[in-house]
Amino acid sequence: MSSNQKIVNAVAEYLDHISKVLPDDVVKALTRLRAEEKNKAALSVYDTMFRNMELAEELGKPLCQDTGIVQFKVVCGQDHPAIGEIGESLKEAVIKATKEAPLRPNCIETFDEINTGDNTGTGAPTIWWDIEPGRSDLEIYVYLAGGGCSLPGIAKVFMPGQGYEVIAPFAAERVTEMGLNACPPLFVGVGIGNSIETAAMNSKLALMRDIDSSNDNPNVAALEKELEEKLNYIGIGPQGLGGSSSVMGVNIVNTVRHPATLAVAVSFGCWCHRRGVISFDKDLNYSSKTHTKFAK
Amino acid sequence: MIETINEKKVITTPVTDEDIRSLKAGDVFYLTGDVLTGRDEVHKKTLREAGGFPADLRGGVIYHAGPIVREKEDGSFEMVSIGPTTSMRMEDFEPDFIKKTGVKIIVGKGGMGDKTAEACKELCVIHCAAPAGCAVIGAASVKEISGVYWPELGMPEAVWHLKVREFGPLIVTIDSEGCNYYKEKKREYTARRVEMLSESETK
Ligand code: SF4
Repeated sequence: MSSNQKIVNAVAEYLDHISKVLPDDVVKALTRLRAEEKNKAALSVYDTMFRNMELAEELGKPLCQDTGIVQFKVVCGQDHPAIGEIGESLKEAVIKATKEAPLRPNCIETFDEINTGDNTGTGAPTIWWDIEPGRSDLEIYVYLAGGGCSLPGIAKVFMPGQGYEVIAPFAAERVTEMGLNACPPLFVGVGIGNSIETAAMNSKLALMRDIDSSNDNPNVAALEKELEEKLNYIGIGPQGLGGSSSVMGVNIVNTVRHPATLAVAVSFGCWCHRRGVISFDKDLNYSSKTHTKFAK
Repeated sequence: MIETINEKKVITTPVTDEDIRSLKAGDVFYLTGDVLTGRDEVHKKTLREAGGFPADLRGGVIYHAGPIVREKEDGSFEMVSIGPTTSMRMEDFEPDFIKKTGVKIIVGKGGMGDKTAEACKELCVIHCAAPAGCAVIGAASVKEISGVYWPELGMPEAVWHLKVREFGPLIVTIDSEGCNYYKEKKREYTARRVEMLSESETK
């Protein structure tokens, strides 16, 4: 089999899997929130979610009908032999998984307003690249970006004089105004940077990190905890119907700011947070550390 | 018709005004019978075109949903996955949609706004929320897809005619008195948000 075909098959199989089975960290977070839940209606929503997870796996069907727009972040060792073929292979994998899983066709060409039918199109699937010198392995982060959870995403450039205190109200307002429809309990990714797109990208990278992980900087890690507690106090509960919590977790990814700017972005993941990492060695053997049920 | 089956409140279509009046904001129930899907484009097209909605919705149910459907070799359809989409996007169109079609139950994700709540009160209609992201349970309650209208709108946007059994749990978010459950909840959350932020300021 050509290396192109190997990547296409593996990624298509992985897309199929993550549309049907949630990553280990998300299952763990939901299990914890369900155990801590006191509200009766909220508990019945959790029951429905867990039953849905069981059925999805059993029947081999996508957990949620909105299988999103496929987004990849490719971290590729400079010496990986297949480096030149990855982009095309990912596109083919999306087309294959759309047919086989199946995934819902969600790509609308803007202004033409035409659904492309196969989840590819201008700029789709999204592919972000990192080339790593001195490495020969390949890691592909995969995210199914649903509409409901992409909708509350927000970014703004503040003046640094306003301080990091702007983050909590900025995120909290978004949770109460828009978060109810994003299928809570939410996973909150906060990005900090110098300009709008660095902050926005960082907020998406925050959602790629494990829910249980903490920022390396202890001050930022403390802010992650503080934000989580504050948002949980609001108690929007599963589906926004009210409950003991609001979020599965808060992750912050930060890069430098300009002396005159503090850019903040918030991205949201829904309870059905379908993201994972598939790792290949240079011979294209693969496995996934986020999805232990993805066997190979 | 409303009956209680295995401790579940089950409503069978066509739905009467009496059925609707017996349901209050916050109540949980299940649906059996005919359900038609319709979201953004369907609402716009229904209001724009003289012929209106392509099926009879009087006493019926509109479901804000965009399913994944598989066409089988014999030309029939299989429901792979279905769940609600955000109802609020239909807020501007819903009152006229209700008037034009005579629909009685609107199912979707989250709540809706004042315009829909007023129309619900005036025309004896309810809105309810289905648990979102639970599309396999949703699909399991679809017993048959008896047809599709406006397929040119694409799979998620087309009108799918579904026969469902005990589809739910559905939570009433706007009742026929115009009582709006999500709006009340939102007020609570906003109050707690303001309280939480002022606490951190005094710290
Ligand atoms: S927000 Fe997530 S769970 Fe909810 S409908 Fe969208 S993709 Fe599905």
